[in-house]
Amino acid sequence: MTSTAARPSSGPPVPPPRRWLAATTLIFLVGTQIFSVVTSEPDRDMGNLEKILYIHVPCAWMAMCASLFVLIASVGYLWTRDEKYDFIAASAAEAGTLFTALTVILGSIWARPTWGTWWTWDARLTSTAVLLLIYLGYLALRAATDDPERRARWSAAVGILGAINAGIVYKSVVWWRTIHQIQSAPSTMGIMYTWGLRLNAIAMLLVLAYFITTRYRAMCLERAAAAMAEDAALGGRVTA
Amino acid sequence: MSLQHHPAVQCDGVAHRFGVKWALRGVSLAVQPGEIVALLGKNGSGKSTLIRAIATALRPTRGTVRVYGHDIRTEAGAVREISALVGHATGVYEDLTVTENLSFAVRMTGEDADAGRIQAVIEQVGLGHEAHSRARFLSAGQQRRIALARVLLRPVRLLLLDEPYTSFDDEGVARVNELVSDLRGRGGAAIIITHDFERARRVVDRTLRLDQGALVEPPPVLKVAHG
Amino acid sequence: MAERLWAREFARVRAVAWKDLATERRTRANFNAVVFFAALTLLLFGFALGADTDAVKAASAGVLWLTVLFSGVLVFNRSYQTELDTGALELLLLYPGERWAIFAGKFIANLAFVLLVEAVILPLAVVLYHMPLERAPWQIVGVMLLGTVGFVTLGTFYAAMASRVRAREVLLPLLLFPMLVPVLIASVQATAAFLSGDVMGDSRVWVRLLVVFDAIFLVAALLAFEHVIEG
Repeated sequence: MTSTAARPSSGPPVPPPRRWLAATTLIFLVGTQIFSVVTSEPDRDMGNLEKILYIHVPCAWMAMCASLFVLIASVGYLWTRDEKYDFIAASAAEAGTLFTALTVILGSIWARPTWGTWWTWDARLTSTAVLLLIYLGYLALRAATDDPERRARWSAAVGILGAINAGIVYKSVVWWRTIHQIQSAPSTMGIMYTWGLRLNAIAMLLVLAYFITTRYRAMCLERAAAAMAEDAALGGRVTA
Repeated sequence: MSLQHHPAVQCDGVAHRFGVKWALRGVSLAVQPGEIVALLGKNGSGKSTLIRAIATALRPTRGTVRVYGHDIRTEAGAVREISALVGHATGVYEDLTVTENLSFAVRMTGEDADAGRIQAVIEQVGLGHEAHSRARFLSAGQQRRIALARVLLRPVRLLLLDEPYTSFDDEGVARVNELVSDLRGRGGAAIIITHDFERARRVVDRTLRLDQGALVEPPPVLKVAHG
Repeated sequence: MAERLWAREFARVRAVAWKDLATERRTRANFNAVVFFAALTLLLFGFALGADTDAVKAASAGVLWLTVLFSGVLVFNRSYQTELDTGALELLLLYPGERWAIFAGKFIANLAFVLLVEAVILPLAVVLYHMPLERAPWQIVGVMLLGTVGFVTLGTFYAAMASRVRAREVLLPLLLFPMLVPVLIASVQATAAFLSGDVMGDSRVWVRLLVVFDAIFLVAALLAFEHVIEG
C-alpha cells in the first residue's frame, strides 16, 4: 500500500534577487552621508562629533524595528507553522543583532571624547546592550538546535518573550538611572529635526530591508540545496 | 455521535520529514478493532516514527491519522485518552519506587491513585517483592515491567508497542502477549514493532513491513494466522 | 464540565510538583550542593569587595541577589534531567491533558527549591554583610518572593529548551540572565530601599515593576510552554 510519489519538499519558494533594492540602498546611503556631512553645521556642544548620532540614532531605531519584525514573524510561525515565517524571524534577528551592536559601538565611540570613558551607564546605551545580549541568546539557541522544526518553534517562543521584554528592560533601566540621577546623554532633540537625520533614518531602513530580504533569500536557497542533495542521495526518488 | 464503527487506526498518506530527510513517505493503512498487527522492517525504515505519529508524540508533516475516528491533529486529547505507547525507553523515574512511579502515572491522568489497584497490578507483573524499591535498583527487565504495569492501570483501546520484548525473559514475554490478547478480547487493537517476530507470532494477526518509509508487501511466507 | 477539566489539570499540576519534589528529597545531594555553592558565592563576594565594612554593607542587596541568581540557575536544568535520562519526557506529554500543567508543576517545585535555598542564604547574608533586616523584615521577604517568582518562571521556561541541547550549562545563563535584568534591577533597588528605611518610598515603583513583570511572564510562559516542551 505505497502512496504515489509527488513533488519534492524544497522549503519556501526562493524569491528573486532584488538588485534594484541593493543599488538603491547603496546609492541612497552614500548620498545621504555626503549630504549630511556637507549640510549640517558642527553642533554647539558636540562639534563634529554630533554626526555620529546621525548613524547611531537610526541604528537604534532599526534595532527596535527589527525586534518588531521578529515578534510578528514569530507569532506568524506559531500560528501557521509555515517555515517562511521562521526564516523571516531569523533574518530579522540577525539584522537586528547587527544594528544593535552598531548602536552600542557607536555610542561608545561617542562617549569617549564626550566623557573621557568608553562607557557610561546611560539608560539608552545600557538597555541597548541588554537587547544585544537578548539577540545573541536567540542566535545561540538557533545555533545549538539541529532539528529545523524544533529550532523554528523554540526560536519563535524565545523571540516573542524577548521582544516583549525589550520594552520592560528599557523602562526599568531608565528608572534605575533617573532615581540615581547619573549623568545621561544630553538630549538629542536638537538634531531630531535635521534633514541629515531623517535621510539617514530612511537610508538605514533600506539597509535593514536589504539585509533581511537577502538573508531570507539565502536561507531559502540553503533549504532548496539541502533538499536537492537529499533527493540525489536517494537516487531520484521523490515524495511530497 | 455517530454509531459508525471506526477502524482502530486509519492512516492516509502519512509522510514525515526530519529536516530535509523523509522518514515516512506516504503510508496508508488501516487496523481494525480486534486486530493485532506486527510492524516489521530494518532499522531506520520509519517504524518508530509511524508509531509515534499514531500515538500523537509526533505531528506528521503530511497526511492524516485517525484513531477510532479521532483525528490526531485536532483531537489529540481524545486520542491520548484511549491509546498508550510503550516505547523503547522505559520512562521510569529512577529515584521513585515502583509504587510511586505507578501512582504518578495514574495521577497524571487526573485520577486519584488507588493504592489497592496499584498493588494488584504490581503483583500482576511480578514485581510484588519490589513494590517499595527504588527503580534505580531494579534490572532493565524489571524496569520494563513497570512500563507494562502502567498500561494495565489504564484501560486503553489501542496499544502501540515499540520493541516490547527487549530485556524480557520468557515470563516477561508471556506477560506482554497476555496483555495484547486481553486487549484483543476486549475489542481493542495493537501495533507491535519487533525484530523478534518469533516471540510475537503467537498473538499477531497480520504483518506490515516498512522499507525506507514506505509500506511493502510482505512475502507470503510471513503472513500468519493467530493460534 | 469545565470545573471537572480544571480539577483534572490541577491534579496533574500537583502530581508533577510532587514528583519533582519527591525526587529531590531522595537525592538531597542537589540541595546541599546548591546551598553550599550559594554560601561560597557570598564569601567570595566578601573577599572581592574588600575589608571596608561600609562598602560591603552598601553592596549587600546586590550581592544577595547575584548569589541567588548564580546558585538558583543550577536548579533549572536539573529539574528536566530526570525526564531526559529515561525518556520519560515523551511519555509525560502523552498523558491526556494540557501542557501548561507540566510547566505549573515544575514551576511550583522549582520555586519551593529556590525559596528553601534563600531561607538558608538570607540569614547568612544578614550576618556576613551586616544587613539591617530588622528595619523591614517582611517587606524584604516579600521582595525576595516576588523576585524569585520572576526568576523561577523564566528559569523553568528556558531550561525546557536549554536542558536538551549541547552546552546546556552555558546556554541557560546566556538566555536567562539578559531577560532577568528588570528583575535584578527592581529586586536590588527595592531591597536596598527597605534596608535603608525606604524614606523616599522608592520601593513602591520597583515592587510594582516586579508584580507586572511576574504577571506578564507567568502568563506568557504558561501560554508558550506547549511550543517548547514538545519534541
